[in-house]
Amino acid sequence: MMKEGLTINNYEKTGVLSVNDFKQPSEKQLKKGVVIVECVQMIPCNPCVAICPVHAISMNDINDTPKVDFEKCTGCTSCVGICPGLAIFVVKIKDEKALITLPYEFLPLPAVGSVVHALDREGKTRGPAKIVKVNTRGKTAVITIEVDKTLAMDVRMIKVMNYD
Amino acid sequence: MTAFEGESIAAALHANEVKVLSHSLRYDRPRGFFCGIGKCSSCFMTVNHIPNIRTCIVPVQQQMTVTEQQKLGKLLPTPFTPKKKENITREIVVVGAGPAGMYAALAAAEQGASVLLIDENNEPGGQLVKQTHKFFGSTEEKAGTRGIDIAKELLNTIKNKKTIELLTSTTVVGYYENEHMHRVIAVKRLINGDQLLEISCKKMIVACGAMENMLAFPGNDLPGVYGAGGVQTLMNVYGVKPGDRALMIGAGNVGLIVSYQLLQAGVTVDRVVEAMPRIGGYHVHAAKLRRCGVPIVTSSTIKETFGKNHVEGAVVTKVDECFQPIPGTEETIQCDTICLAVGLTPSIRILEQAKVRSEFIPEAGGMVALHTPLLETTKNGIYVAGDASGIEEASTAMIEGELAGVSAAMSLGHNKNASEVQQKCKNALHVFRSGPFGRIPKICKEKISSCLEYDEGGTHY
Repeated sequence: MMKEGLTINNYEKTGVLSVNDFKQPSEKQLKKGVVIVECVQMIPCNPCVAICPVHAISMNDINDTPKVDFEKCTGCTSCVGICPGLAIFVVKIKDEKALITLPYEFLPLPAVGSVVHALDREGKTRGPAKIVKVNTRGKTAVITIEVDKTLAMDVRMIKVMNYD
Repeated sequence: MTAFEGESIAAALHANEVKVLSHSLRYDRPRGFFCGIGKCSSCFMTVNHIPNIRTCIVPVQQQMTVTEQQKLGKLLPTPFTPKKKENITREIVVVGAGPAGMYAALAAAEQGASVLLIDENNEPGGQLVKQTHKFFGSTEEKAGTRGIDIAKELLNTIKNKKTIELLTSTTVVGYYENEHMHRVIAVKRLINGDQLLEISCKKMIVACGAMENMLAFPGNDLPGVYGAGGVQTLMNVYGVKPGDRALMIGAGNVGLIVSYQLLQAGVTVDRVVEAMPRIGGYHVHAAKLRRCGVPIVTSSTIKETFGKNHVEGAVVTKVDECFQPIPGTEETIQCDTICLAVGLTPSIRILEQAKVRSEFIPEAGGMVALHTPLLETTKNGIYVAGDASGIEEASTAMIEGELAGVSAAMSLGHNKNASEVQQKCKNALHVFRSGPFGRIPKICKEKISSCLEYDEGGTHY
């Protein structure tokens, strides 16, 4: 029998989370637009708790993983740019599309309206991503993209290259 | 050859495609840029007829003559400097102006002590100056702020403190004991000849960081094999791309972060290999890389690298549970850059000269000076902080620095709110070391305490 602590989670081998590794919002909450925090390890870190204007993210202590209250979360995206691990995304379902807000730290930045590659957690192209909004207030740009609704929980990155 | 003002000689040469900086003494093998912070000696060259200059920390100047030296190099018959030794006396001397040293100097000055802060680099800030990523931690400890911005902020505060004098381009080379004072000898590098300094102080805080580990494999000395931190220096401090295609060895936080920064600089990262069966760094750093399409391969390592005068490729292999290569799993990859992110070793040479008691503690990263919870070593009045006291990370280095600084000042009778600050630091360190990622530093500090207790004839194992 394997001792506890010696078992290795799959994401510790691959660096890729599966959707079962973190809390999922309901369909209704997704329509409103909520934060998806992909931070599953106990890291001493808490800027997301401090920046949330509605106290939707909480921790018992600094080593705790962030817990999201999807009912309180307004999907305002202010935590997306502050997370040092670039692990926070905001997902909003609108009709047949999903609006995904993600942190982006590469140059050049994409132009609003352009259509680029939507990448999943393994960096594979999953379809087109239309750039809806580019917020460059901080040095980490916060970009909102529009992808097919079915990709809401898979797409987490873009490749700034025209999608044909 | 052209260069930018403020660039180090080695970085300027690299930007001009000169990647072989020296040759090994016995087998005449080419050697290149490795650590980038004046620790490893592979960048020794003859500069303006003076041999053995660490070109990675000396800034370029107009009309400078830089030549590869023949073996050990020849000293000029004339003295380097006609200048007389200069004497300096301060209450507290801090060696190293990285996160720990800067915080130590500030904390001591806040309590009212006069401080001399020394760093061998041209620019203070230690490794903070190349940390372009946002820091983790609590909002009070500057989480969410990039290391490079923390360095700027700290430097400004230090420059505004009249009781802190900052000496850069100055290397502490020797420690001498005196009856009531500590005496250190340092050399300040100046354009018109170096200046020898004799510094007397009542308390000394050693915060000189750590150096990157080498890994044994055929070809590991070829130019193109860098310490991951060395690559960070090239890219993030000097804006010089190390190459076009990189292989990263080690998936701890340093390996993961530097791989991401290589991507930001426009370098392709072929993959990250990690000998352990799991990724050692934070998952969030690994996730950032994976979604950019960079593979991270665990239970895998480098077998060898090859190339004529420079890295042209490498062979990677899977390893078993005992870290032995599994035959038949070798894969040859094309790359011009290999980064080693396989751990750090505390820099304790100046402490060894001072004959403080040190022990080999694996969790510390090697030999480390024993110290009390207030960071005082076994020699009265000598403190240690940051990576030099055991490998950890920048946030805890800042807290340790503050704790050492305030404790040193307090022992000299400077006390504004010293006990309060001490308690705040101790609490913060406890919190940082309570989570699963703080386990190793916690064990390290516990072992250090046990060794000290054993020395004092207290609790035995």
